[in-house]
Amino acid sequence: MPTVKADHEACQGYANCVIAADDVFDIDDDGVVVLLRGEVAEEDRDRVADAANSCPVSALRLDDA
Amino acid sequence: MSHRTVVVGASIGGVRTAQALRRGGYAGEVVLVDADSEPPYDRPPLSKAMLSKAMLLDGAEATPTLLTYEQAAASDIRLELGVAAHSLDVAAATVDLADGRRLAFDDVVLATGSAARPSPWGRPEGLHVLRSLADARALRADLRRGGRVVVVGAGFIGAEVASAATSLGLAVSVVDPLPVPMGRVVGDEVGRVFERLHQRNGVSTYFGSGVEDVRSLPGGLTVTLTDGTRLDADTVVVGIGASPNQRWLESSGLLLDDGVVCDEFCRAVGQPRVHVVGDLARWHHQRHAEWVRVEHWTNAVEQASCVAHNIDNPGALRACVPVEYVWSDQYDQKIQLAGRPWRGARWEMLGDPDVDPRFAVLWADEDGVLCGAMSVNWPKATVASRRALAAGGKLEAVRDGLAAARADAGAAAR
Repeated sequence: MPTVKADHEACQGYANCVIAADDVFDIDDDGVVVLLRGEVAEEDRDRVADAANSCPVSALRLDDA
Repeated sequence: MSHRTVVVGASIGGVRTAQALRRGGYAGEVVLVDADSEPPYDRPPLSKAMLSKAMLLDGAEATPTLLTYEQAAASDIRLELGVAAHSLDVAAATVDLADGRRLAFDDVVLATGSAARPSPWGRPEGLHVLRSLADARALRADLRRGGRVVVVGAGFIGAEVASAATSLGLAVSVVDPLPVPMGRVVGDEVGRVFERLHQRNGVSTYFGSGVEDVRSLPGGLTVTLTDGTRLDADTVVVGIGASPNQRWLESSGLLLDDGVVCDEFCRAVGQPRVHVVGDLARWHHQRHAEWVRVEHWTNAVEQASCVAHNIDNPGALRACVPVEYVWSDQYDQKIQLAGRPWRGARWEMLGDPDVDPRFAVLWADEDGVLCGAMSVNWPKATVASRRALAAGGKLEAVRDGLAAARADAGAAAR
């Protein structure tokens, strides 16, 4: 299954990922991304990839595993 | 012959359309054309990270590349850089390039974006606009030299430049003909928050006076305001907005009206093979039931995804109905703006900007439906607002949810 990786240092709290896939991404009170799960089902790949790509500072990656 | 999509413009909208086509399994040829000879780059960092104190002090430059030649080759995207598109012939389905070549297409994506509104006072040495990577490099070089900075225009770009110059210890003045910065977007009362932010950070503000003239004199520039005030400067930055790059389309027959007029699928009206993304698109936004043009990064990204889908699935078109969203980093503040505050009939503020490290403003229409939101250092408030804006939620519901979250956070802090 594809896995999601987040660069917590790079994250700026823009939260486009949360808007695009709130079953995978959230942000905490300081505006830093929280991964709700690390693995993504194959059928969610495109949607989660879109969410990761909507990050303005490229802090998110979807890796094949 | 294989299907070919030509994407004209390699900024965020064009690059993301090309990439989304590939991710979606599009099997045709993808050609990405841009007048700029730099590998495609991202623009928000030009007024943020590229002007940051750390980067200016050590002179390092992290170019915000969107797509390298290697990545383009790996995705089978053909790059045609350093050559402008000269014209579009819709009937013949061709794009003429400035070097005389002609590219035939099955689908074309117009993504030439917008250009900084030119300085009405010419371009004397030391006067800058900020739109391209070359602009950012030139401005960096002047800021590193030091001296006095005058920023004309107190919108997001101007405010970010003022913030960057201040962090270097430079003497900065900001001028705007509007009495209150951002007044047209957030109204005068909320806009005063931005005025105080500049002043708290040691910036001299001249709001409510226009610029009469910028003159180059021995020893620097002199900016003369309409009220007679004269400001001496070594560097002047003019950030007075942008206008769509549509001149190359004047002979195309497409309907142009401050952008290319499009249907709800971001296709030029009457031209199902002509798609438009980003600053250039004036499309029919279904939720707003009107034609809009939006100059935001996130808007271009969402349109790119939509347009790529529509090229590959002409039988199952997807309408483009994003929520407006833009951010700005100024001084130590993360400002996020969603929706259309200027359409609000009333507004409410959560928190006190002069005391609280984070606060938000919510705007509602006549029916109490949330129509805009701004948060400062409070991304969660923006998330709640963006959701409500998409769903047509009420201001009160968002306010109550955020107030409860604030109370919880306050209790946890104690």
